[in-house]
Amino acid sequence: MTDLAIRTDGLTKRFRAQTAVDGIDLAVPSGSVFGFLGPNGSGKTTTIRMLLGLVGATAGSAQVLGTDMPRGLDRVLPRVGALVEGPAFAPFLSGAANLARFDAADRHAAPATRRARVAAALDRVGLSHAARKKAGAYSLGMKQRLGLANALLMPRDLLVLDEPTNGLDPQGTREVRSLIRSFAADGTTVFVSSHLLAEVEQLCTHVGVMSAGRLVAQGTLDDLRRSGRSSIEVLTPDPDRAGAVLAGLGLVPDDAGADPTPGADRPAEHAAGGDDAIVTAPLGDDPPAPEALVAALVADGVRVRGFEVRRTSLEQRFVELTGEGFDVVA
Amino acid sequence: MSSPESTAISGGAATARADGAPAARGSRALRGGGLRALLASELATLFRRRRTWAMVAALALIPILIAIAIRLAGPAGPGRGPAFLDQVAGNGLFVGVTALVVATPLFLPLTVSVVAGDTIAGEASLGTLRYLLIAPAGRLRLLLVKYAVAAAFCLAAALTVIVVGSVVGWALFPVGPITLLSGGEVSVGEGLLRLLAIGGYVAVSMLGLSAIGLFASTLTVVPVGAMAATAILAVVAQIVGAIPQLEWIHPWLFTDRWFDFADLLRSPPSWDSFRDNALLQAGWIAVFGGLAGWRLATRDILS
Repeated sequence: MTDLAIRTDGLTKRFRAQTAVDGIDLAVPSGSVFGFLGPNGSGKTTTIRMLLGLVGATAGSAQVLGTDMPRGLDRVLPRVGALVEGPAFAPFLSGAANLARFDAADRHAAPATRRARVAAALDRVGLSHAARKKAGAYSLGMKQRLGLANALLMPRDLLVLDEPTNGLDPQGTREVRSLIRSFAADGTTVFVSSHLLAEVEQLCTHVGVMSAGRLVAQGTLDDLRRSGRSSIEVLTPDPDRAGAVLAGLGLVPDDAGADPTPGADRPAEHAAGGDDAIVTAPLGDDPPAPEALVAALVADGVRVRGFEVRRTSLEQRFVELTGEGFDVVA
Repeated sequence: MSSPESTAISGGAATARADGAPAARGSRALRGGGLRALLASELATLFRRRRTWAMVAALALIPILIAIAIRLAGPAGPGRGPAFLDQVAGNGLFVGVTALVVATPLFLPLTVSVVAGDTIAGEASLGTLRYLLIAPAGRLRLLLVKYAVAAAFCLAAALTVIVVGSVVGWALFPVGPITLLSGGEVSVGEGLLRLLAIGGYVAVSMLGLSAIGLFASTLTVVPVGAMAATAILAVVAQIVGAIPQLEWIHPWLFTDRWFDFADLLRSPPSWDSFRDNALLQAGWIAVFGGLAGWRLATRDILS
């Protein structure tokens, strides 16, 4: 038994000229809730498809639950529940019949307990009332739940959930979040891909960030946050002097280049109502203590009306790592 | 809802793992389903689909139309219309055979193309292919089961025509001992058995086409494309089979022996053509089944 539920070495997938996944080294610890982040088209789903043996790797290797994939596919996949790129069902079958069909495809699933397991999975995602309704008549949220139920048909050691809250209302999102927490509490490793950063921040113990086919960051959630820049904000009516003091302490106050207010002689300030302005400055690698900064500002006569140390949110860190805007890699 | 399994699972994955997995190994009742379970499940899926029943109903309509037309308009003159048509008014048991002769060139291959072309491409277009494969169904195992389901449809389709034809013939025409092509007569009971054998012959005739459809179905995620390609091939093969200048190729066409089932109406029945047809179809199954297996085994599932 290894302590990594998923491990890849130089995993690469090329489609003709395009490299969808470029030599990634994933390490997903057993028992973790691993958030797999990245903008659309960054290679998340292709990676998941390789992990599940749906797509063959061009180079590199992947181990899932300690077994080489795709060679050990028949042994590993019964222990893995997955939701890949949205749920999919035969629209002419009922929700329960669709689950029974996927269950019958798993040769390790006992037919004797099938009905009970399907009912239990439907119950767990709150779909018991719609079990006999045709899947084609399900709403988007119900399909998503049915997809989750499919992942729960058998006891699993690993759940791979690609955008599990897609199409769910806030209530459903909360339920899925608490479901994922309950899996994790049972010791199941959960690998969640998502672009909803707030969700990942609330849910995950570990994070990996994909950008343009590369894994640009990986580690515990705290590691990732810590590696980002922190900054300070000073609320003061004396922005110029504050900027000068901060510069004297080795900080580089931000240029308010994007600030539309005229007056280029006040670069490091933002309007903040009244005669107050906000001066921000990123903290470098070895920053002075915040209290020392405040003391220096006050000693120089800066009227400090507010002072805050801001840690980078995951969102800021994410944008730093993956770039701004709609730069989808074609 | 309150059975032990359901409480074990809803109680959490860890409990279920502790209770379920070892029990599944030890107890016979909890053993995995295997190939038969998947086959039963896929057969049920095919026959729970309205489209399947629509095609079966349309096939059943052929003998009904033939019988009603002859009943209303009187017997056909000898040698006119499709084979056996002139016999129907004299013996209702010929309705089914006549209907098969009518259905075999186009209508039957069309329905078979729909089912065979849908096997993999249909799942891919729904997105269910990826969920079947990560269940895990196993790619070759799934292909085998899908082909078996298509073959079952061939049998169901041919038997539908024969059985409905016999029932309608029995209702609308006199039924008696069947006069064979070689002159002798067989009883109604043996006649019915021979009709079933003809149904089996036609079902076997469709197996090569089903294998072609299966392969086409692994090439695309658009099921209509696979269905159309398969149906077109069935027609093209018959056109080629009708061109004398291409005679050298005829014995290799999967359509070459589609109409040789009349040998089963000789006394004693000649099974030679049945065997030759089965061998011919087996060749096509081997080639296109192999291609389909190779294609599905190596393909990236991106749908």
